[in-house]
Amino acid sequence: MKKVLVIILLVIIGYFLANTFINIPFGENRIGDINAEKPTAAGYYLSNTKEKSKVANIITAIVVNYRGLDTLGEVTVLFLASTGIASVLYRRKEEEEETERLSLPSSTIIRSGARVLFPIIALLGIYVFIHGHLTPGGGFQGGTIVATGFLLMLISYKGFNTNHNRMTWIESLAGLTFIFLGIWGLIADNTFLGNIPEVGKLNSLLSGGLIPIIYIAVGFKVAVELTGILDILLKIKPKK
Amino acid sequence: MIAVIIIIIMAVLLLAAAIYSVIHRDLLFAVLGTGIVSLILSLFFYLLQAPDVALTEAAIGIALTTIIFIITIRNTTRDEDEIIDKENEKL
Repeated sequence: MKKVLVIILLVIIGYFLANTFINIPFGENRIGDINAEKPTAAGYYLSNTKEKSKVANIITAIVVNYRGLDTLGEVTVLFLASTGIASVLYRRKEEEEETERLSLPSSTIIRSGARVLFPIIALLGIYVFIHGHLTPGGGFQGGTIVATGFLLMLISYKGFNTNHNRMTWIESLAGLTFIFLGIWGLIADNTFLGNIPEVGKLNSLLSGGLIPIIYIAVGFKVAVELTGILDILLKIKPKK
Repeated sequence: MIAVIIIIIMAVLLLAAAIYSVIHRDLLFAVLGTGIVSLILSLFFYLLQAPDVALTEAAIGIALTTIIFIITIRNTTRDEDEIIDKENEKL
């Protein structure tokens, strides 16, 4: 009975999905003429981003500027996820008898390799989120790469500890930076997260107005949150 | 022509890894299978000219998700049959 119900549900979902996708023409140019008088949304972004936002990477302009409120929502979702994990799994000092992250010390090869790789990975991550408005990538990607570097250190060194107090401060400051820059845009440009693109010129590091600053804040926030999640998960004592 | 063949091989590998991770009984290998899916998928995103998505998929799909699942397996149990047995005992 249950199986029949599941199959019927799957057929219904499959029918509607197929119905939706069949109407989308494959491989056709659906952006249209980008210089037309009334372009599509994609055409508008492609033709106007260079002059209006002064950002070389149009995807960044869409994510942070045109759809900035959605990005704020995404950051909030990640913040709530990390808070939820922390509130369920974090143990206070007096409860945990041993805060052992690793039951066995890692080998010399892993430790030496991690020590060499960690600065390089962190540098790559920071590069990705500082150059978010020029090259592919941005706050989320760069933050995740930095968190990966911290993960490498967490699983190879027993004594590598993250300061949760400091991490909370960085996270809160980054989140507040995002919101305050949004309010600044509200004052200067009459829209929340509106951009002030007068600084710098296109294709240089100093360009795009508020976009790089917001992406750096997002990068710090994502890196700190993911590192916190991994640290808390690694500190759970495995069941024997 | 060579590019098409490579893409077809990649697609077949992706499907194989996905099916492997669904049917394998050892959860650790299943998680590694999802990691391989993410790896090939990020290559696909790069080939389809979406480097932003490829970076995200590489960092989150290959590294973080895999590691979080491995930590979870370490803290719970590695064998899928064991879980099913336990649930049957409860019933």
